[in-house]
Amino acid sequence: MAAVSPILVTKGLSRSFGGLKAVDDVDFEMAPGEIRALIGPNGAGKTTFVSLVCGRVEPTGGTIIFDGEDVTRLAAHQRVRRGIAYTFQITSVFGNLTAWDNVALAVQRHAGKGPRGARGLREGVQEALLRTGLAGRQGVLAANLAYGHQRLLEVAMGLALKPRLLILDEPTQGLSDGEIDGFVGLVRDIARDATVLLIEHNMDVVMRLADRITVLNAGRILAEGAPDAIRADAEVQQAYLGAPADG
Amino acid sequence: MTDRAFAPTLALHLGVIAVLAVLQFVLPDYHHGLLARIMVLAIFAMGYNLLFGYVGLLSLGHAMFFSAGLYGAGLPVFHLGWGVPAAFAAGIAAGGLLALLVGVLVLRTTGVAFMIVTMMFAQAFYLAILYFAPWTKGSEGFVLPQAARAIDIAGARWDLTSPSMRYWTALLLFSAVLALTLYVARSPYGRVLVAIRENEERTRMLGYDTFATKLLAVVLSGAICAASGAAYVLIFGYAGSTLASIQYSILPLLWVLLGGAATTLGPLLGTVFMYYVIDVASGYTTAWLLIVGIVLILLVLFFPRGVLGTIRERWVPWLP
Repeated sequence: MAAVSPILVTKGLSRSFGGLKAVDDVDFEMAPGEIRALIGPNGAGKTTFVSLVCGRVEPTGGTIIFDGEDVTRLAAHQRVRRGIAYTFQITSVFGNLTAWDNVALAVQRHAGKGPRGARGLREGVQEALLRTGLAGRQGVLAANLAYGHQRLLEVAMGLALKPRLLILDEPTQGLSDGEIDGFVGLVRDIARDATVLLIEHNMDVVMRLADRITVLNAGRILAEGAPDAIRADAEVQQAYLGAPADG
Repeated sequence: MTDRAFAPTLALHLGVIAVLAVLQFVLPDYHHGLLARIMVLAIFAMGYNLLFGYVGLLSLGHAMFFSAGLYGAGLPVFHLGWGVPAAFAAGIAAGGLLALLVGVLVLRTTGVAFMIVTMMFAQAFYLAILYFAPWTKGSEGFVLPQAARAIDIAGARWDLTSPSMRYWTALLLFSAVLALTLYVARSPYGRVLVAIRENEERTRMLGYDTFATKLLAVVLSGAICAASGAAYVLIFGYAGSTLASIQYSILPLLWVLLGGAATTLGPLLGTVFMYYVIDVASGYTTAWLLIVGIVLILLVLFFPRGVLGTIRERWVPWLP
């Protein structure tokens, strides 16, 4: 048991689609402030698992406890208001709105009303755009942004929600090496005041960022531990790479 | 909707209202009356645009909200002798309440199902008007007595049967609803409406209760359309079931598509345009529907987003 009370706990969390157990009886815990990577082969249930946590998918069994509160029955938008933010695997920014408006949507709900709210909105949007390096592109329609910038805008919206738990679903997919370096720095920056749950295929990114790694396979937790331990785990290599590592 | 300057937008809208005010002294009688009617129906189009343009919900049943206002205001005057202000409020309340009830049910659907379900509700409403013909006078309709269509304010008489007072009243209501839609379009709430149109799932994951947001939009839209219906019966003095028929669900869609969906002034432009194309075409030939059809095809080809929508896209990006 961790010394501090965990920010997220799932107990016996399950979800079946027809006969397929996409997530199967998962017990999971995260300590506040950590960066956790969730890895596993395609179809292991990673996206389904985080979708259960953020409320996009309803569980067929088990409970989800966020910051001591049972949120299993709460709608997705209510969980967002309690501090769980999710950034999409497939970029889903609002294409016909400017980058500024995209971020404003994430800020305005907690910016308050009246002139003070308007100022809070401007400052909140500005901060999120600066942190993601998009400040110079605030007036550009999201659909006209380069792909890498759309991914950053997605993250900007996530962090503008001021979440306590930010779930990033394959954020570096399709980014160039240079963009990935910037991204790693950004996630470290975010993790200073939020807990980060990261689904990631790029093992280099995982090793550089994660405090701990959880490996999912066929809907179950296969292994969990520090990056070095996971790297050395033969079973993980079997599941993830399909063959034992040589040497 | 960004933090762009508000001055040109404000100037444009005040300019349009000023032009409409001046036209009243310039236009010959016939066009004067026609424009008063167009302004009242443009309110209907603006209410429709709120839901269709901004939220992206294509309803084929808005005739029920228009006629809820029409009968909600007309029946109390006709049967109970209510005054104009109370009747107007009753019309809006009837439309808003109907929109709340219908909204709770139809918002469970989206896309094509939403179109069909709204159309079915509107047809049920239309048939109910015919069914209760002893009170509603069915398709024949009823005419409000001239004496009932006036407001007494502190001794002065606001007579809605005089052409100039009709025009001023129509302009006043039009301006109020235009201001309201401009306010909504620029507000944070308007930004959420557009976000739902663009990507509802993403909007939910930003912490918005999208069902409640859409329900409020349906009620607002229904109440605005009902205000148009109530103004119609009180200003022009007639209510009949034709005004609740499917045709009056499709007309606001056409007006908004022509003028430009999700633009504040598009509904007015589309309504003016349709009325005058029909007016001019029917002056030349009995086959005026053919001309209307050709004009519609040309517009779709060259202004696919409606007149103002296309202008905004190509030339004037700040247009609200």
